Amino acid sequence: MNHGATVALAVGQTALLAVVAPYLVGVTRAVRARLEGRGGGRLRQPWRDLRKLLRKQPTSPPDASLFFVAAPPVLLATSLIVAGAGPFVAATSVFASADLIVVVGLLLLGTVALALAGLDTGTAFGGMGASREMIIAALVEPTLLLSAFALSVRVGSTDLSTIVAAGVSEPSRVFTPASALAAIALAIATLAETSRIPVDNPSTHLELTMVHEAMVLEYSGRDLALVEWAAALRLTILLGLLANLFLPFGVATSLAPLPLLIGALVFVLKLVVLAAALGAGEVFAAKLRLFRVPELLAGSFVLSLLAVLAAFILAGPVTP
Amino acid sequence: MNAVGQALAVAAGLAAAAAVCAMVVGRRGRAIAVGGLTALAGAAGTVGGVRGALGQAWSADLPQAVPLVGLRFGIDPLSGWFLAIVGAVTVVAGVYTIGYAGRDGRGMGSRTALFLLPLFCAAMMLVPLASSVPSLLVGWELMAVTSLLLVLTEHKHDPAVRGAATWYAVLTQAGFVALLVGTLWLSSAAGGSDFAHLRVAGPTLGGGTTGVVFLLLVFGFAGKAGAVPLHPWLPRAHAESPSNVSALMSAAMVKLGIYGLLRFGFDLLGGGRTWWWLVVAALGALSALYGITQAAVARDLKRMLAFSTSENIGLILLGIGFAGLFAEAGKPVAGALAMIAALLHAANHAAFKALLFTGAGSVVRATGTRDLDRLGGLVRRMPATTALFAVGALAAAALPPGNGFVSEWLLLQAMLHPGPDAGTLLTIAAPLGVAVVAATAGIGVMTYVKAVGTGLLAKPRSSQAAGAVESPPSMLTGMALATLACAALAVLPTFVTPALARATGVLGLAGDPLGTDAGAVALSVRGAQVMLYPLWMLVAVAGGTVVVALVARAFGRARRRAARAWDCGDGPLTARMEYTATSFAEPLQRVFDDVLAPERDVDVSHARESAYHVQALTYRQRIPDRVENRLYGPLVAGLRAVGERARGLANGSLHRYLGYLLAALLAVLVAGVWG
Amino acid sequence: MRLISRILRSGSAVQPAPPAGEPLTQAAPLRGSVQVRHVDAGSCNGCEIEIGQAFSPVHDAERFGVRLVASPRHADAITVTGPVTVNMAAALRTTYEAMPQPGLVIAVGDCARNCGAFAGAHAVVGPVEDVVPVDLHIPGCPPEPEQIVAALRGLTQR
Repeated sequence: MNHGATVALAVGQTALLAVVAPYLVGVTRAVRARLEGRGGGRLRQPWRDLRKLLRKQPTSPPDASLFFVAAPPVLLATSLIVAGAGPFVAATSVFASADLIVVVGLLLLGTVALALAGLDTGTAFGGMGASREMIIAALVEPTLLLSAFALSVRVGSTDLSTIVAAGVSEPSRVFTPASALAAIALAIATLAETSRIPVDNPSTHLELTMVHEAMVLEYSGRDLALVEWAAALRLTILLGLLANLFLPFGVATSLAPLPLLIGALVFVLKLVVLAAALGAGEVFAAKLRLFRVPELLAGSFVLSLLAVLAAFILAGPVTP
Repeated sequence: MNAVGQALAVAAGLAAAAAVCAMVVGRRGRAIAVGGLTALAGAAGTVGGVRGALGQAWSADLPQAVPLVGLRFGIDPLSGWFLAIVGAVTVVAGVYTIGYAGRDGRGMGSRTALFLLPLFCAAMMLVPLASSVPSLLVGWELMAVTSLLLVLTEHKHDPAVRGAATWYAVLTQAGFVALLVGTLWLSSAAGGSDFAHLRVAGPTLGGGTTGVVFLLLVFGFAGKAGAVPLHPWLPRAHAESPSNVSALMSAAMVKLGIYGLLRFGFDLLGGGRTWWWLVVAALGALSALYGITQAAVARDLKRMLAFSTSENIGLILLGIGFAGLFAEAGKPVAGALAMIAALLHAANHAAFKALLFTGAGSVVRATGTRDLDRLGGLVRRMPATTALFAVGALAAAALPPGNGFVSEWLLLQAMLHPGPDAGTLLTIAAPLGVAVVAATAGIGVMTYVKAVGTGLLAKPRSSQAAGAVESPPSMLTGMALATLACAALAVLPTFVTPALARATGVLGLAGDPLGTDAGAVALSVRGAQVMLYPLWMLVAVAGGTVVVALVARAFGRARRRAARAWDCGDGPLTARMEYTATSFAEPLQRVFDDVLAPERDVDVSHARESAYHVQALTYRQRIPDRVENRLYGPLVAGLRAVGERARGLANGSLHRYLGYLLAALLAVLVAGVWG
Repeated sequence: MRLISRILRSGSAVQPAPPAGEPLTQAAPLRGSVQVRHVDAGSCNGCEIEIGQAFSPVHDAERFGVRLVASPRHADAITVTGPVTVNMAAALRTTYEAMPQPGLVIAVGDCARNCGAFAGAHAVVGPVEDVVPVDLHIPGCPPEPEQIVAALRGLTQR
């Protein structure tokens, strides 16, 4: 494996996802606006917002410590690492390091940093957002792990790029009962992890209904830009994993320029389709009452557990 | 005497010197002398343990030490691993004691407490070195008695300490009785009490005998380890004892329960039957889930850490159980991987739990309270303690790049690849095991965010927290040593994998599951294409954060401004408006309401004038330990009832007592003749 | 299904936009992205209804890069309505100070401009510019949604 080429791929992939992420948020908002009969903002609007926010002044509350200041860079850095390491454009990763346990762990590290920052502000909203976000993360992490495990059992490895490569080479593996259950569980877990409806409403103004937004009420300027960008990037990453794990066609299997270009284009296309589906889905669904969210997450946990059991019991010969 | 023997002799000598210093040195220098000498003894023990873990052999025979049976000691890689763990925790605790015990000669600084501390550490180091049943039992009981007396250190200040010590004493001695009966039965069935003898004779014994012996040993060893449902002593004893003792108990002593289980289960009884390991795995799963749930809703900082110990012991037992199941199913490589994960997690847990308990001790000493609801705001007043505690919390929450993450990764890898012909039991058990580990990890993260976020950050919620000052440098040094151990295990776990491979070899699980093709910077599993790069993870996360922050600053150029926290425009926010630990954990408590069954009390006092006007309202919520209430409540009530009835036997009549003596004599004569 | 058929039947409700108002020089650094936080400093809610209409599907100010946000920390501009009452003066000041720089103040309605019908009342401190510096006035009692959208277009220059 040419390490130089994979490193270049990782850097390029990170840049691609970082640039595409705000556009995806724009797509979601635009689709939702059109279905609701509005005009809505342009696709470039989230980028304009980010650019303006980066130049604005960040503020810190007087009781806050390094945790408050360091959380946005930690959040964005962990998201960028996952964006670079994951099998998005090609079914390879730098040093074969896209282990799914590591990916889930890094995403959780970002969430933890933000929750600690929310508690660090010393405001009631910060604590409320942190508490709610952590219970959702605690209930989602097992689902994320188990649904990815369901896919790893057939392949014999927890490396995401190996799973995607196996899906590319043998598409029949992807359409099994275990995969279907895992797909549904992962989709629900994605909605919870990225704070979308029905778990959380990203555009609410009522603090008592907020989960993710309540943690970041105190951030402004540059910090807020990093947080918003990281949130868009995490949405992109999770939609990208959904796309490549369950719809693995078009993913590049070699490092030649043409397959990579095709891989990148197909990947962006899949992201746009999923983002549009997300936006459309949000028109038809309402946010769940907070006390009902654990029921939803427990349901997705049971689905993912069934997926793993099905994968184990129905597993055929495993290719090493 | 080879290097191991020399190191152990030095350790013994230093411990004895420390005990003597406790008696003779005046109160001003006592803590320094005892703490320093204990730390050095621990270092010598660690050196001996490391050498033993890397394969050096040693043995010693003391036939006159105990009449009739004598004592035998010896080291092999498994003993070496656990001895190294105990020694390292002793170093941390010893250095920490220098500052913690203070100079007033009271509490932890008293003669008795400082005399018992090196003895406790020495007893803990004796247990893994034992190579015969009597030596093990002597070390075990010495450890139990010294730790019990150390738990009682603060009994004058706090009545809860006595209750904690009672629970600890009863459960430890019950476990000891089980161990005694089990090991003696085993020795008599095998015809000798040496480990060497038992190793040869053990596999030849009948399934019934070994089964009963194993269950008794599980009761004793898992009880000492703090597995649910044998756990009620753990949150009480660890919370009420002084923090250096809590660190020693939680980080080192509970591992000796694991050691005993491994030694007897795998080594001396030769691996046993499948149902043994199913029992161990089930105990592990129960401990992990129940422990972390109770920790997540705990309000007392040290009680939370104690239940977290229970959870980690559960994960270790889960790994051990799966190692046994894999070995019985004919998959030694997967079994070896699970055992390596369990042993590594034992070391990782020792490192971060020592750090967390010493940090908690630092907080409790500075503020005088263990109640998380009353802490807060310590990040400004005690920055070093906060930083070190946060590192420990990161490791305990099993987040990358901490060391807890590495062993959890290994454990998950072990359970994920049983292979296609693993049998029905493993095919169903493995996914359930994975689900247990994943669920525990999620709730564990929430627990430690609660501990750091509500306990250390934001504004102080009581005057005690507001008046906190940073701990003395010796306490911080102890914590820093534990942090170094965590960092080393996090970044370079490949340095300890040779020792782990030897230790699992002793247990009869000689597969070589960890590949060596990736060099020192990566962990890889043979047969599965998985790799973990702990060092690169740390570099990527830390470096990435710095790079992102600098680039954003360079691009943004606007300077940061301090501004009043946004309070919706009305008055400034007070500390009373912050989220406390109880409120933080409330969603979790609501989700697990059926398991936790909180008890609520609402007291309403009405105004004199009218029953419709409320003058005062008091709301109290307590989360009881339901397993303890359901299991031990009836047990204690039954014992009390039996005791009440038995009073009738001692009615004061001399004739009756003489009759008892006669009956006992006759029974002994009959038994002697018959046997 | 009923929702889908209703979506298909209703189509888009957006009206063509009114011409943009005067570009505001203070808003130039924002470069086409303005987040607005609304503060009711004692208004009768007439202006609030019109501001709400300005963001509705019919007038849709979001087309021009303007969005309502929940916290002044996230905002570039605050819209203030009503004569500033005694009870809301400190809150308005705090909200203004919570905004990161550069921050704009838009006074919406005649009450915000010169207290309107409430000039001289005992519970009123004064117009908004007595409490915080104002960058833009939108006159009217209440101003029409088209006027509000035009003024916001002036902020984003789109």
